[in-house]
Amino acid sequence: MSKAKAEAKAQDARLASAADLEALRQRLIQDQDPDRPEIIVCHGTGCLANGSPEVAEALKKAIKASGLDAKVVPGIKATGCHGFCSRGPLVVVRPQGLFYQRVQASDVDEIVQTTLVEGQAVERLLYKDPVSKEAITLEQDIPFYKHQKRVVLRNIGKVDPTDINDTIARGGYLALAKALFAMTPEQVVAEVEKSGLRGRGGAGFPTGRKWKSALAAIKKKGRPVYVVVNGDEGDPGAFMDRTIMEGDPHAVLEGLILGAYALGAHQGFLYVRAEYPVAIKHLTIAMEQARALGLLGENILGSGFSFDVQVNRGAGAFVCGESTALFTSIEGRAGEPKPKYVRSVEEGLWGRPTVLNNVETWANVPQIIENGSEWFAGLGAPNSTGTKVFSLVGKVNNVGLVEVPMGIPLKEIVETLGGGVPGGEPFKAVQTGGPSGGCLPYSLKDTPVDFDSLTKAGSMMGSGGMIVMDRRDCVVDIARYFLRFLEEESCGKCIPCRLGIQRMREMCDGFSRGEGSEADIAELKSLARAIQDGSLCALGGSSPNPVLTTLQYFEDEYLAHIRDHKCPAGVCKALITYSIDRDKCTGCMACARACPQKCISGQKKKPHAIDAARCIRCGICMESCKFQAVQVQ
Amino acid sequence: MVSFKINGQAVQAEPGWTVLETARHHGIHIPTLCYHEAVEASGACRLCVVEVKQGDWSKIVISCMYPVAEGIEILTESERVKNVRRWILEMLLAECPGSKDIRELAAQYGVNSTRFTPHHPDEQCILCGLCVRVCKEVVGVNAISTVGRGVHKKIGSPYMEPSEACVACGSCVTVCPTGAMRARIDAVRGEPKVQLAPQAK
Ligand SMILES: Cc1cc2nc3c(=O)[nH]c(=O)nc-3n(C[C@H](O)[C@H](O)[C@H](O)COP(=O)(O)O)c2cc1C
Ligand code: SF4
Ligand code: SF4
Ligand code: FES
Ligand code: FES
Repeated sequence: MSKAKAEAKAQDARLASAADLEALRQRLIQDQDPDRPEIIVCHGTGCLANGSPEVAEALKKAIKASGLDAKVVPGIKATGCHGFCSRGPLVVVRPQGLFYQRVQASDVDEIVQTTLVEGQAVERLLYKDPVSKEAITLEQDIPFYKHQKRVVLRNIGKVDPTDINDTIARGGYLALAKALFAMTPEQVVAEVEKSGLRGRGGAGFPTGRKWKSALAAIKKKGRPVYVVVNGDEGDPGAFMDRTIMEGDPHAVLEGLILGAYALGAHQGFLYVRAEYPVAIKHLTIAMEQARALGLLGENILGSGFSFDVQVNRGAGAFVCGESTALFTSIEGRAGEPKPKYVRSVEEGLWGRPTVLNNVETWANVPQIIENGSEWFAGLGAPNSTGTKVFSLVGKVNNVGLVEVPMGIPLKEIVETLGGGVPGGEPFKAVQTGGPSGGCLPYSLKDTPVDFDSLTKAGSMMGSGGMIVMDRRDCVVDIARYFLRFLEEESCGKCIPCRLGIQRMREMCDGFSRGEGSEADIAELKSLARAIQDGSLCALGGSSPNPVLTTLQYFEDEYLAHIRDHKCPAGVCKALITYSIDRDKCTGCMACARACPQKCISGQKKKPHAIDAARCIRCGICMESCKFQAVQVQ
Repeated sequence: MVSFKINGQAVQAEPGWTVLETARHHGIHIPTLCYHEAVEASGACRLCVVEVKQGDWSKIVISCMYPVAEGIEILTESERVKNVRRWILEMLLAECPGSKDIRELAAQYGVNSTRFTPHHPDEQCILCGLCVRVCKEVVGVNAISTVGRGVHKKIGSPYMEPSEACVACGSCVTVCPTGAMRARIDAVRGEPKVQLAPQAK
């Protein structure tokens, strides 16, 4: 095709009105045969790593080879992460919704024969409930999915994120058309405000209010104004924003265009963590496809409104997710926070009014515009409307990504969706809000998971990380872990954070060795308050949270370290000893072979013993013993 | 004019002033380390914190950047302020045990010892960034900058090699609140291009 022709064709593809978009959508829906089986192969980052591309390839071949009747030839679709990565690669067969886990290329012949030809489920690939041990056939019956309310994640696992048509068929960009032709910019802002949407990036600031103050700033200072997506997601173990950007990039884009229309912005920025190449790729493809259809760029849908956006790669530091550091990073300077007594809606990028929102926040906007603020406000809790995506990790059966209405009790997320702690004992604590969040004990299991309740309990919503801990996790060790992370991530500009986090960590290091006194705990609390009060940005300001909450809820455990020189969880190396229970030991020698120090001795079929003087307390013997004969004290 | 209170005392400020400027104007002392009239404030040291009260909420802010506002109440010696100050000074005592200036400043605020073990017994630099800002904003040559992040952060010329850009004016030495730059300047300028004035050396 000549260049001119190609351009002419691209011109043709542009949708010039809302009616054009609707016509395209109807055509796409008609092209779909509801009875045609569709095999979904998860291509999220987790499943990709576990071999889902090979599975998809093998499926394509097997289907071709099977010579299935042309009319029911199944479509194979690569989608974003289904959230249940620990079970990946996942394959879902629609329309029934058969759910297969841990599928390998060698399984596909059986899937094609048994499921597609004979219409049966492949038993051995089904999910088994960790508690009841029963196999569950359908995706929608698995507790992990059954109790979710997928608003932000509604398209993920259903659409091919690299094909805009897939999203359009499911109603993508309808909200944009509605706003452009049936709403004034002020009405869009008002709708977002009425919805009660609060920022999903950490602080929970009301989004509508932010937009409204941006409008006020624009009145004062004029345009340009910028809209920015914060996709820097840096919390360890968090992957909700990545999943949204990878799996439904158009939701983020549409939300951003809506925000741009509401504020009269013509330029937007997608600031994406550099470690997220797939997200960057899918967003870039989404932008190209949206431009080609006239949904982005000049004269969007023939409305006269123009807006474009560019992707910026994150500079690779956790602190670059902080608003002022993010702006300096986009401006091309080292990403360091600046004190802000002038809000960024007034003075953001290049000193201009700027609205920065989190990925998940933006992705909620199209749904609010499409379904109305009342619908959204009806979801979740009164002061925390809508849903929230959480990444559930740690000592929990169902590790993964879940979306639930805000305000549901903590234990429902951990136990009902997460399937509880492996082994069935109650969880000990849940760290919510990432490294700057707090650690909530089992006794607070009924806490509604919403912005205000979590803050009241000393933790925070943060971006939605949830780390589940059991009795083998030591709270002093947990506090040290998060402090070490933040110590490395502190930009170093201000003294309370740069020096304070390090000193808090050193004090906790001392506790983990059994050093210190109760007076030191009081000093630690006092230092923590100074850091909260004195730090320049919220990285330092919230860094004491893990220490303060573990002290608040588990002070006894700290005291056990300091006073009794014991680590009740059996974690802190200086305070524990490993030994072998002579009654349980069968003399299998597994531990002796595994021990890197070779300090376990004993004869075959006779009880073994550990030489405590040479033991480095790595715990490998304990893991290797099949008879629970290794004890830690 | 903007009217408000510092420690209960009625004060007046020009619009656009900071709390620190106003306090100094009225002879109220607030300690600072990273602030200098000659360069833009950066808010790095946090020693100048004060508590702002407005109605029944209050928060800690830095006086060197906090803009004055009608009717606010500033406390420069509240418990929260003193607690931040105490810990900053105590940490600085351990961070730059080599600096007499820091020892004297700390002593002024009743901090005579530190519970922390120094990491670098000879260090004097508190990373306030004044030298970098003066070099960039006043001298206009950008010979020095901060290198690295967090606890690994350092002040120096690019690659820690003598800087071609350095004009050996000694401005950085003059603004440095701890005496740290005196020990560092030779590494920055390499072969002395101009002999520094004796009192600066
Ligand atoms: C150290 C630090 C890191 C942050 N990282 C992120 C991040 O990765 N993603 C994000 O959306 N917000 C992050 N934030 C919060 C942002 O500063 C900002 O509040 C948020 O992007 C605003 O969007 P929202 O109102 O939609 O939540 C971070 C804040 C701090 C202090
Ligand atoms: S609080 Fe930490 S991350 Fe934030 S400016 Fe200070 S040193 Fe940098
Ligand atoms: S050398 Fe002096 S002026 Fe420069 S950062 Fe260190 S203490 Fe501040
Ligand atoms: S990557 Fe497949 S479920 Fe997450
Ligand atoms: S003097 Fe204000 S922060 Fe350093």
